[in-house]
Amino acid sequence: MAQNQPKNPEKHSTFIPKEKKSTKPFHKTPMLDQLESGPWPSFVTGLKRLAHDNNMMVDLLGQLEHSYTTRKGYWKGGTVSVFGYGGGIIPRFTELMGSDGKAMFPEAKEFHTLRVQPPAGNHYTTKMLRQLSDSWKKWGSGLIAFHGQTGNIMFIGSTSENTQHFFDEINEYGFDLGGAGPCVRTAMSCVGAARCEQSCANEQKIHRTLVNNFIDDMHRPALPYKFKFKVSGCPNDCMNSIQRADFAVIGTWRDDMKVDQKEIKAFIKAKSRKYVIDNVVNRCPTKALSLNDDDTLDVDNRNCVRCMHCINVMTKALKPGNDKGITLLMGGKRTLKIGDTFGTVIVPFMKLETDADYERIREIAANSIDFWAENGLEHERCGEMIERIGLANFLEGIGLEVDPNMINHPRTSSYVRLDEWDQEAEKWNQRKHQAAAG
Amino acid sequence: MAQQQVVEKKAMRTPIESGCPDGFQYMHPLMIKNYGNWKYHDRPRPGVLHHVAYSGDEIWTVRVGTQRQLGPYEINLLCDIIDKYGEGYVRFTIRSNMEISLSSADKIEPLIQAFNDAGYPVGGTGNSVTMISHTQGWLHCDIPGTDAAGVVKALMDDLHEEFIKEDMPNRVHITTSCCQINCGGQGDIAINVQHTKPPKINHDLVANVCERPSVVARCPVAAIRPAMVNGKPSLEVDEKKCICCGACFPPCPPMQINDPEHSKLAIWVGGKNSNARSKPMFHKLVAAGIPNNPPRWPEAGAIVKKILKVYKQDAKDWERVGDWVERIGWPRFFELTELPFTKFHIDNWRGSRHMLNQSAHIRF
Repeated sequence: MAQNQPKNPEKHSTFIPKEKKSTKPFHKTPMLDQLESGPWPSFVTGLKRLAHDNNMMVDLLGQLEHSYTTRKGYWKGGTVSVFGYGGGIIPRFTELMGSDGKAMFPEAKEFHTLRVQPPAGNHYTTKMLRQLSDSWKKWGSGLIAFHGQTGNIMFIGSTSENTQHFFDEINEYGFDLGGAGPCVRTAMSCVGAARCEQSCANEQKIHRTLVNNFIDDMHRPALPYKFKFKVSGCPNDCMNSIQRADFAVIGTWRDDMKVDQKEIKAFIKAKSRKYVIDNVVNRCPTKALSLNDDDTLDVDNRNCVRCMHCINVMTKALKPGNDKGITLLMGGKRTLKIGDTFGTVIVPFMKLETDADYERIREIAANSIDFWAENGLEHERCGEMIERIGLANFLEGIGLEVDPNMINHPRTSSYVRLDEWDQEAEKWNQRKHQAAAG
Repeated sequence: MAQQQVVEKKAMRTPIESGCPDGFQYMHPLMIKNYGNWKYHDRPRPGVLHHVAYSGDEIWTVRVGTQRQLGPYEINLLCDIIDKYGEGYVRFTIRSNMEISLSSADKIEPLIQAFNDAGYPVGGTGNSVTMISHTQGWLHCDIPGTDAAGVVKALMDDLHEEFIKEDMPNRVHITTSCCQINCGGQGDIAINVQHTKPPKINHDLVANVCERPSVVARCPVAAIRPAMVNGKPSLEVDEKKCICCGACFPPCPPMQINDPEHSKLAIWVGGKNSNARSKPMFHKLVAAGIPNNPPRWPEAGAIVKKILKVYKQDAKDWERVGDWVERIGWPRFFELTELPFTKFHIDNWRGSRHMLNQSAHIRF
């Protein structure tokens, strides 16, 4: 260790036990050893501690070092599941075979991951973290990733047989597997209303209402491809849901934002008028802010797009309004196959307060999944299907009306058939009259 | 036989399909009490958040960087500290940082001291470079071109000071991905695998291992077609069309895309998930051909540090990397970072025409 000697080496991220309980000798790991120095806590030291405890991790380190040396991965998939489910486990079998046809690192030849859904908002007590860790030490390698990119707790490193025992144990105290394969996946939600004043939604309730309604579609993969729900309580979108979720729920509000003029003045006094002009007023994307000569702030709420910037800067003076709800976007995904897509607006605003409101969002999700299950091609994400068939067709399929909030601007190409223009215009006029009539 | 199956089934435990657990049972009592009724927040120091509720209650959060992959020793070590100096409540951020809830400001410094004494950094809040979001890599993925945790460890060692301070113009979210599917997501800076050669096909195995029509359908540029090779049904790749993306490799492992020499790293900048100021933005390619060089990937690290240095010097307050480049323009970005601009930076994928400069707007 290049750093100063820790005060208490027994209680330090660099600690290596003196006692070796694993029976297999360690492999040499000169490459991985180089990742043990430096100020950031080392996962390699963690793997080595586990290798003192069990032979599986001795061989895992052997295989990982082999990857570092040859610059290639050596895991292949397969089929492993627990009784009653079709997914939730990422099976891994080693591909590293010696000339005798036997695994080079036999103790880690089965090294499966169980994907387990964390509590909404990733809240834990230390008691529960220790309990999960104890269960995994009993049935698996002991190594847990908090969390995978989809949002699962990843219990890494189990034999095929022990996946069932581990699942049975944690399932008894309230944990369930997440998704793997073409299915509804584990969802994510931000800390939200539990600790954040910017939250405009009940993330806990939305998260669990949505994903727990499609639990059958999670445990028994039968969809065209993966389908992800993510919930962010405000447009800061800390869950990256617009980009990473097929179904993104973003908290927002539709009345005026709350302005505390006293706090505006206090902020200007603390940070300077120039700071507020440069960093608040001029950074408003729709020029909806104006600083008055008396250091009060005007907000053009009709032109505010709820971007959150000014609220992020002036956390005491500015807040979302009272008439809260959500914006719904669909179709975000990563690169495969057509390139990255952002979700696009499907519902510009809806309230989420009453049971009927929650039933409505559940219904929109169910309609979307059903339509996509019917019309999506194999391995085609929902967003890719929308791109292929056009947003208007998708909306018709799930029973939603078009809205100008769904576009950046109207079409620029005249190559389009407009056979039913009059009927469509009439629909719009009728909806407008209905809205006006309340 | 049938009877035996019934007996076996009875012995199996039927799962309780409980789904996502209720978060309230693990929440700090002040979070439950003030749920949806928080008034404002501030940051007393890097790594610490302070939230005040309308009720007058206050809660402090200490954010700790972790190595993401935790074993029983680390979990118990961290939990011992949280139990002794905190109140037993913890949550994880999307970037694998732990957040410890406290009901009293007096507990902050002893808690931070205890984490630091145990080798864990406190930071990752506000205008810092927070923990890198990453994937599984060689540790567990079936298609990785590189490692994930190792790249992150090497980079976070270098960026440790930026994690524990709040010295950047705005927050910096770095991501890494170990194949071109890019599970790591959008980042202010993203370090991703970029393959540069078409897959090498083991024609003896294709017919037995791969569902050939699915593999053909998976190719984004229709470069794969069924073929008989050496008298066996297999697949062939039109190597002129092939974009070396590796999309065929997961459904057909005999089409090996990973190559110790030719699987390179590429760096992308300007991704942003937030709606703050500008709409969400994708990251854009800035550097490629970077060697995949374990165990510490120094070449990739050097470019990341160079970009961060220039961003820190040149960006204005509150500009994310993408906002900053939008203001100064891409020519200046390449000038300041001294990275070469090539024909490969010009996108030719579908819908890419709007990425060209369709104006006379030029900076001099």
